This record gives sequence, C-alpha cells and structure tokens, in this order.
Amino acid sequence: METIKLTIDNRQVEVPKGTTILQAAHQAGINIPSLCYMNLPYLAQEHKPGSCRVCVVEIPGRKNLVPACATECTDEMKVLSHSLRAINARRTVVELLLSDHPKDCLICPSSGNCELQKLSITMGIREINSVENAAMSTYRKDASPALNRNMDKCVMCRSCETVCNEIQTVGALSAVNRGFMSVVAPAFEQELTDSPCTFCGQCVAVCPTGALTAVDNTFHVIRALADPNKYVVVQTAPAVRAALGEEFGYPPGNSVTGKMVAALRSIGFDQVYDTDFAADLTIMEEGTELLDRLSRFLDGDKNVRLPILTSCCPAWVNFFETNYPDMLDVPSTARSPQQMFGAIAKTYMAEKLGIKREDMVVVSVMPCLAKKYECQRDEFKVDGNPDVDYAITTRELAHLIKIGNIDFNTLKEEDFDRPMGESTGAGLIFGVTGGVIEAATRTAYELFTGKKLEKVDFHELRGMEGIRTASVNFDGTYIHIGIAHTLGNARKLLDGIRKGMYNFHAIEIMACPGGCIGGGGQPLHRGNSIVLKARMDAIYKEDFNKPIRKSHENPEIIKLYEEFLGKPLSEKSHKLLHTHYFSHPKK
Amino acid sequence: MTKFEINDCHKKTIKEICESFGNKRSELINILHKTQGHFGYLPEPVQLEIALNLNMPLAKIYGVVSFYSFFTMTPKGKFPVSVCMGTACYVRGAEKIVEALEKELKIKVGGVTQDGKFSLDCLRCIGACGLAPVIMIGEEVHGRLEPQMIKDIIKKYE
Repeated sequence: METIKLTIDNRQVEVPKGTTILQAAHQAGINIPSLCYMNLPYLAQEHKPGSCRVCVVEIPGRKNLVPACATECTDEMKVLSHSLRAINARRTVVELLLSDHPKDCLICPSSGNCELQKLSITMGIREINSVENAAMSTYRKDASPALNRNMDKCVMCRSCETVCNEIQTVGALSAVNRGFMSVVAPAFEQELTDSPCTFCGQCVAVCPTGALTAVDNTFHVIRALADPNKYVVVQTAPAVRAALGEEFGYPPGNSVTGKMVAALRSIGFDQVYDTDFAADLTIMEEGTELLDRLSRFLDGDKNVRLPILTSCCPAWVNFFETNYPDMLDVPSTARSPQQMFGAIAKTYMAEKLGIKREDMVVVSVMPCLAKKYECQRDEFKVDGNPDVDYAITTRELAHLIKIGNIDFNTLKEEDFDRPMGESTGAGLIFGVTGGVIEAATRTAYELFTGKKLEKVDFHELRGMEGIRTASVNFDGTYIHIGIAHTLGNARKLLDGIRKGMYNFHAIEIMACPGGCIGGGGQPLHRGNSIVLKARMDAIYKEDFNKPIRKSHENPEIIKLYEEFLGKPLSEKSHKLLHTHYFSHPKK
Repeated sequence: MTKFEINDCHKKTIKEICESFGNKRSELINILHKTQGHFGYLPEPVQLEIALNLNMPLAKIYGVVSFYSFFTMTPKGKFPVSVCMGTACYVRGAEKIVEALEKELKIKVGGVTQDGKFSLDCLRCIGACGLAPVIMIGEEVHGRLEPQMIKDIIKKYE
C-alpha cells in the first residue's frame, strides 16, 4: 500500500494514501476537535459533511484553512493544528454556533453529555460576540413515546440523518428548508409518530447536542416507588449490566450485575428481577415455534413459512410492520422478553404474591428507546393496564441511582430475587447480536436431536459483521442461520428473502449496532466500536461463567410451565406470551 | 383551496417522468423540475409518488423540495406575479411594490388569491435593472413602477 509522510504540529506521521488529516492526527496522538464528524468503521460509514468547520487546521502556504476531516494528506504536507490562526478560526466557529444555540445548559437533558458544551469548555469560551438581542432560530418541539426533538439545539451536523438513512435505511429524517430555517425533520415536517420512525433511538445515540433526546420516565418511577399502595417490581435487560458501570466511571466492558441489583434494592424496588428470566422464556416459546415450523418443513409441508424471524427487538418489529406488511406471518409470534416478563409478572407472580394487577407496577430497565413505545402498545394492555408500566433506559437508571444518593462504586454485590431473577447464560446473551439465535440453538439442538449439547459456545454465530451466516449441524440436519444487526442490514436480508435468494431456516435481527449493547438507551456510544466490542466481551464472559447456560434448564422456567403455563405454545402461552402484528405502511 | 387528490392518470405521468430519467435518485432534481412543470406545483401526494417510483425516503424528497426556492408546494395562480428583489429594484423601492401588491391582492408573499387567479412571489434579478423596480406577471414585464400604479396593472388581468 502506498504510504504518505507528513508532519502535524512538528510530529512525523506515516499513513496510507487516502487518509484524512483528522485520522492521521488521531494516529499521532493529536486530538483535533470536531463536531459534525462521525466515524463508524465497523459499519463502514464515515460521516464527514465538513459542515461545522470546527476541525479547521492551517497548512502553511495555503490561502485558506482546511477542514481536517475532509482533507486528504499529501506527501511532505505540513499541518498546524493549533496555530494562532487555526485556534482563532475554531473559536469563531464555535462562538457562531453558540450564538444561535439556546444557553439553557444548566437544565438541558444533554448537559454533561454534550459535544458542543465540551468544545466550549475545551476552548475556554467565556463570552459570545453576538449582536445584542439578535433573533435565534426556533422550531416547534416534537414529542413521541420514545424520543423528543428539540431542533433549537440542532447544529446541523446531520449525523442523525446519516444513521437514519444510510445505516438504518428507515428514512424518517432529512435536512429540510435552508439557511437559518433549516432543521432535520420528517417529510412535510410531520411529527415523528406519523413518520416511518421505528424509535430505534440511534439518532439519539449519535446526536452531539440536546436536539434529539430520550423520553425521561425517571420521575414516574420515583412517584410509583413513593406510593404505599403500589408494589413495584423491576426487570433489567441483559445489555444494561454491561454498560451501566460506564456511567459511574468504570471503563467499558465491566459487567456490574451484582452492584446494579444492590442499587435497585437500595432505591426501594419491592422485587428486583431479571429480564434474562423472560429471555429464557422467550427461547422456550420461540425455540418451540422454530422447531414446530422446522419439523413441518422437513416433513414436506409446503405451507410452512420459513425462515422464522426473531421478534425480540421492538424497533425491528416497527420496521417490518412499516416496510414489509406483506411478510407479517414470517416473524415469530413470540413477544419480546420485556413483554413476556410483564405478562407473567402481572399474572403468575401477582397471584403468588397476593397482589392485585392494578396495584403492581412493572418497571423495566432497557438499553433501548423503542421499548418505551413497545410497552405502550394496546395489545400489551389488559383493560387499559399495561403489562409493563414504565420502561427506563440505562442512562435513566444511572440517574435514578444518583438521585437515590447511592455510592455505586462501594456497593456490595447482591443477587436477583427469585423466581423471576433466575436466569441462564442463554438469556444473558440476548443483549448482543447473534445472542438470541445462539440461545435458541442451544435449546433447539437438544430438543431436536434428543442429545446433550456438549459444546455450548457457537463462535460461528458471534462477531460484529453486519450480516453473518452459519450452518449448524443438528445431528446430520443442517440448520441455516442468518444474523443481521442494524436495520439497513436487516433490509438487505429481507429483500433477499423476498426475491427467494436465501434458504435460511432462522434469522435473528437486532436494530442497533452490536445488538442491544449499542442501543439508543445505553451510555452514549457515539459510534465508538471499541466501547461496543468491550460490552460484547463482557456479556460473553458473564455467560461463560454462568452455572446454567441453556434456557430449558432454568429451574424456575421449568417450574413456571409446571405450575402455570403447561407447555410451550399452550393456550395460556398463546394468550400471554404471543402477539400479532399490524401493517403500518408509511413512507 | 381544495386538497390535491392523486389519480391513476397522475400516477402514470409521474411514472413516465421518473422512467425518462432512468428512475435514478441522482436525477431527483430534474425529475422534480419536470414534474412541477407538469402539475404546476409539488403537492404531498405527488412527492410520495416520486418517492415510491425512485424507492427513496419521502423525507429526502421533501428535503430537496423545501431547500430550493424554485420548487413550490402551493399551486401558482393563473397569473403568477413575481417581484424582482435584485439590488437595483430593491434600492428603487421593490419593497413598497410588494406591500402594494399584498394590499391589492389581499395575500402575502408565497400565497394565492382565493379565486386562484393570482399568486405572489419574490425573485432575484431578472436582468431588467434599467426598468427597476420591475415585476413580472406571467411572462409580461412591468417596469418603472410606483406603488400607486399596481391597482391599474392588476385590473388588466381581472
């Protein structure tokens, strides 16, 4: 490969041809500040609109400063990243951005997490030379069940637009209008709820400011906890424990399960349960459904719909309801673990605890924004009472812990309550791409072959590639599996199936990069693949150390079927654990 | 003003326009240009139809339509009135002409009269600076205007 030698701030750098100044500087340990730039190498997506001009650098001899993110290195190039001229220009750029930005940082939902705020701090900006009483561009606020839009805080970096269109191929957001009037909005500036938005929340995950933020349910939970007439139970999704520590200064990749449980108990939840339990339950239902369809298919039944598609991911459900209304009978009818948990908690558990349904409040802690929408869907309510009352994100949980005056780092580890806190490694890996199908494979293999599965780890199903395929040997019968993460990759797979290109038996889809670990409700990853990989490794490590690693061996799941449900796909299971899908074609 | 309702004939026209540009997303501006030439404007259902033909997000199409001032989502009047706001016209009182037109037609810039006869827009230099301030009604140019002349000019078209 052809390489180029250049000097940045008197430091020699050697980089491959085609490298930008920003990347070369990064390699040399020089952090040129940027705002609109976003690099997602594992998704092969580099977003460099060159619109913010924060990364301008000086190249002696050139008349104009250049944006480091969009300028390729040339041989013998000299770059000055912090010359007086570059610093002054950068300050002016940030001051101009601030001059048309609300100054309510103290109460902004993104305060402390805002890239614009960080720039202002880094550059030591103490005053803004704007015209006194100058008008600021304003735009109406938009609220949805999962995320809020406040375009007054948009800096037009358009990262959300790239994520929504290129990575997720949802196409809900685009830059519209021009000049001071320009904002990122759905078509005809309709509300998000009327657009094809799936509430995946990836736009929130990459938004550098408070323009796109998650709906905050923290105070609903605090009020429920304070109500003496309410019995409040909490469930925590697998991916939450792998990222929560980051909010308390732990480096990414530290699973904090025990501390999280202790914190939840300390906050005052009456029962601290685990969504992993419901994930095991999902495997029982979805796995049985897979085997049912598979055996019918192998027996020559021409009417059976294969591949079966997983249905745990609510953004993915929204996506196929909107984009593939002709294929609504393909996904598994199994509800997501969040909803299975709610349905069992408010029936089986409520009965066991002697609590009336309406007196029980189910809170879920999720890495996800679409879960906020999912728990509000009408089909998951009984007489208007939802199975899951409030879904909060990992970030909201961290906030709740801080409001509860809990010193997270000194907490002693505790264990989940039983029975709904009992889980296996299979339930845990639901949090990463490939995990649901691996968990299903562990169970389906034993049910299908009647033999014990010795090698539990299916490394062929793991990884970060956007689309992965594998064939698993079920004692002579090969099961073809497809895995996709991000909705753009899901679309590629779905379009292939529509055209009859694939012969998969089962497909797992997760809407977010890396699966739930990269969800829009997690500590903001802003596209950092190292963070995602660390969270993924933490989940697999915890799975490896679990005493039970197959869902059907979860003793509390076995008991649940014995005492309450009967068997998978029973009438009761169908009523409580399965759902149906609706066609919502939107463009 | 009645809402635009799209019919099969409209859809066929849009399909043909898109096909004439190879259904290429990169030809969007040309497609929008030609479609507006046909319909006079680009109402929501027309944009949706283009989105379906080109298999691209409607938001992106609206983004382009809302960016370029040439594209419009409101129908033009039978006699579109355009006021030149170029430098020469501006300094010679184009703003007063706009005020007079707004008063006479009882609409704001960007609007259409109730009867659909007139629409009012501003545009940049039309190259008739010697006649400043200038307006165009349809293809006809009216120059060296004073606000009190507007009433009579409009009358000619009624």
